[in-house]
Amino acid sequence: MKPLVDKELCVACGECIDACPVGAISVGDECAEISDECTLCGMCVDACQYGAISMPDVGTGADEDLSRYKGVWVFVEWRHGTVHRVSYELLTVGRKLAEKKGTDLCAVIQGHKLDGVEKDLFRYGAKTVYVVDHPSLAHFTDEIYGNVLVELVRRYRPEILLAGGTSTGRSFIPRVAAMLQTGLTADCTELDINDEGLLLQTRPAFGGNIMASILCPYRRPQIATVRPKVLRAEPLDMPVDGQVVRPDLPGACFVSRVEVLEEQVLEGPGANIAEADVVVSGGRGLQRKENFAMLEELASLLNGAVGASRGAVEAGLADPSQQVGQTGRTVAPVLYMAVGISGAVQHVVGMQGSKVIVAVNRDPEAPIFDVCHFGVVADLFEFVPAFIRKIRKERGEEV
Amino acid sequence: MHIVVCLKQVPESQNVRIDPKTNTLIRQGVASVLNPFDYFALEAALTIKDERLDTKVTAITMGPPQAKEVLMDALSRGADDAILISHRAFAGADTWATSFTLAAAIRRLEPVDLIVCGKQAIDGDTAQVGPELATILNRPYATYVKSFEFVDDSHLKITRQTDEGVAVWRLPLPALVTVLKDVGEPRPRSYRATLRARRYEIPVWGPEELGVDEDSVGLKGSYTQVVRIFSPERKKDRIMLRGSVEEMVDELYYWLKEQRVPGL
Ligand SMILES: Cc1cc2nc3c(=O)[nH]c(=O)nc-3n(C[C@H](O)[C@H](O)[C@H](O)COP(=O)(O)OP(=O)(O)OC[C@H]3O[C@@H](n4cnc5c(N)ncnc54)[C@H](O)[C@@H]3O)c2cc1C
Ligand SMILES: Cc1cc2nc3c(=O)[nH]c(=O)nc-3n(C[C@H](O)[C@H](O)[C@H](O)COP(=O)(O)OP(=O)(O)OC[C@H]3O[C@@H](n4cnc5c(N)ncnc54)[C@H](O)[C@@H]3O)c2cc1C
Repeated sequence: MKPLVDKELCVACGECIDACPVGAISVGDECAEISDECTLCGMCVDACQYGAISMPDVGTGADEDLSRYKGVWVFVEWRHGTVHRVSYELLTVGRKLAEKKGTDLCAVIQGHKLDGVEKDLFRYGAKTVYVVDHPSLAHFTDEIYGNVLVELVRRYRPEILLAGGTSTGRSFIPRVAAMLQTGLTADCTELDINDEGLLLQTRPAFGGNIMASILCPYRRPQIATVRPKVLRAEPLDMPVDGQVVRPDLPGACFVSRVEVLEEQVLEGPGANIAEADVVVSGGRGLQRKENFAMLEELASLLNGAVGASRGAVEAGLADPSQQVGQTGRTVAPVLYMAVGISGAVQHVVGMQGSKVIVAVNRDPEAPIFDVCHFGVVADLFEFVPAFIRKIRKERGEEV
Repeated sequence: MHIVVCLKQVPESQNVRIDPKTNTLIRQGVASVLNPFDYFALEAALTIKDERLDTKVTAITMGPPQAKEVLMDALSRGADDAILISHRAFAGADTWATSFTLAAAIRRLEPVDLIVCGKQAIDGDTAQVGPELATILNRPYATYVKSFEFVDDSHLKITRQTDEGVAVWRLPLPALVTVLKDVGEPRPRSYRATLRARRYEIPVWGPEELGVDEDSVGLKGSYTQVVRIFSPERKKDRIMLRGSVEEMVDELYYWLKEQRVPGL
């Protein structure tokens, strides 16, 4: 298969030749020709200003009537007694999608001893909350979490299913998609309903250098994951008057070949850096362990956590649990502040997904300034205390 | 023990960009390499082979003919066998169609005790192929595996990374794991293995060899469809400040407020 070239529309301009990453296009006398080298990447389709190139259709083969699928579902992630924030973010976008489609928003929550958490979901607009509470759901396993969700989807047939791109969602949602034989789009940053009523899923690929818009035209449900903190959670002023459904599921759903032996929650000062909205990280430029106290003060003013570069960890200024980067944690907070960090590539890969990156460094040539959105060339020992004073002053606190 | 390692060939750098004027991909250094995370998958398999001498490691990849290069690389590091899954019909596969095709190949390689995948591919970035492949083959799996050991001949004890810490699981074989870099530093090519690789004829399997219908693979067998590819909105131009600390503090404060950073 190859993209289709419309001979009527093609003007043989050759723009598509440059667009093709594998050199599969040549231009004859009248129109573009695509060779067998083509990998169907779709670059030429976008490159053609005349709309002359189109992709061949993806697999149809849906033997089911798609109109039997209705409603927008959010898989709500329950962790050690609380609902993960990404679930509220998904309910918020799910509510908008449901409105646009003129259908209902529903939530599914799985776990054990889920006393009353479903109430919270009505505040985000869920009309129906499906609750599955079972001892074998106390710990996550791909098999049981997947079996239960698949069983519910088969029973109630939602047309859209959203889940968090957490270590849990990224692990078991592909199982759900494969069992249901439907498409799955990973790590979407934008979700919308297109003119045909399909879920338009936009996601980054190639490490964020390219965005792709993806459809799942012939299979249901259309499934997408979204990373935490990418979207905003907005509760309603008034909770909806929804219902709770506790489906009775066959025992076979709760059988797993995997046995959970142990679960450990990471402790130490860096335990919450992956979840925090604000991360203030220090590097070797901090010089002494005591100096991290000012980063802690700043972070706590912003309800954030303190991270570190490997340089700082190796120098004994910070705890290994705080290390951000290739051999540390990957973080993507709303605000990442790199203080006294040079910006080595091994550090940058662990924080480049942050929404806003601020760098404070006295060396104007420091590579961290190439990746930041806001760079401050200053001595950190002057800048950080002054910034703390500014925040306190704005809040009307004694300085 | 038979282990299959799934390898993907990817563009050398993630630094592909789109020309804002022509909206086309800028071709710069489009050399192809082995997906960096897949080195660890191969290493995990080879470590098992170091300890259990009766182990055979087969490397497979689905891709264009030049994807053979990553198999040569794997053979040169100690893989015993390699299969290239390549045919025009496979082009344009989404993760379902990719997993479906790899599953068909693995069925032909059975018995397979363990399948090892990388954490994710740096181009598609979905991390979906491992779990989808395991599901199609009806095998248990564990993702984000940091370390593993054999409990007995048919069970692994694995430690997997979670968002808040780690989980330790007992995983019965046959199974699939996707591994993190913690499994071990990839070994270099060996001289002997490289000599052997040069003489090794890599079999190429297409839909016929796999016994699959051409309509069930590649773009035709895919459930998702990429309808548009474009450049991300460029982040606001970078702001650089130097000079008076008091002024910089003010500017940063109000700029962060404007960005709606929580906590301010
Ligand atoms: C295989 C491998 C894996 C690695 N993994 C990681 C990783 O996960 N995470 C990680 O962070 N690194 C990692 N590294 C290390 C990385 O290469 C760098 O060495 C490290 O990030 C440097 O730390 P730093 O920026 O704190 O120190 P430096 O590079 O020494 O930078 C200190 C910075 O502070 C500035 N500074 C000094 N004094 C002041 C002051 N008074 N006011 C303002 N600025 C000041 C300096 O201008 C300088 O830019 C890895 C390296 C390797 C080889
Ligand atoms: C811009 C863009 C966006 C895309 N988005 C999606 C999407 O959201 N959903 C979707 O279903 N498809 C998507 N695709 C298609 C997807 O990239 C391909 O299906 C690809 O073959 C596998 O996905 P991946 O690169 O994400 O691999 P991952 O699932 O991240 O790879 C994980 C591991 O699986 C193994 N593996 C993966 N591919 C192969 C292979 N060809 N041969 C052998 N082993 C392999 C490797 O061990 C690898 O480390 C997208 C493609 C593009 C170009």
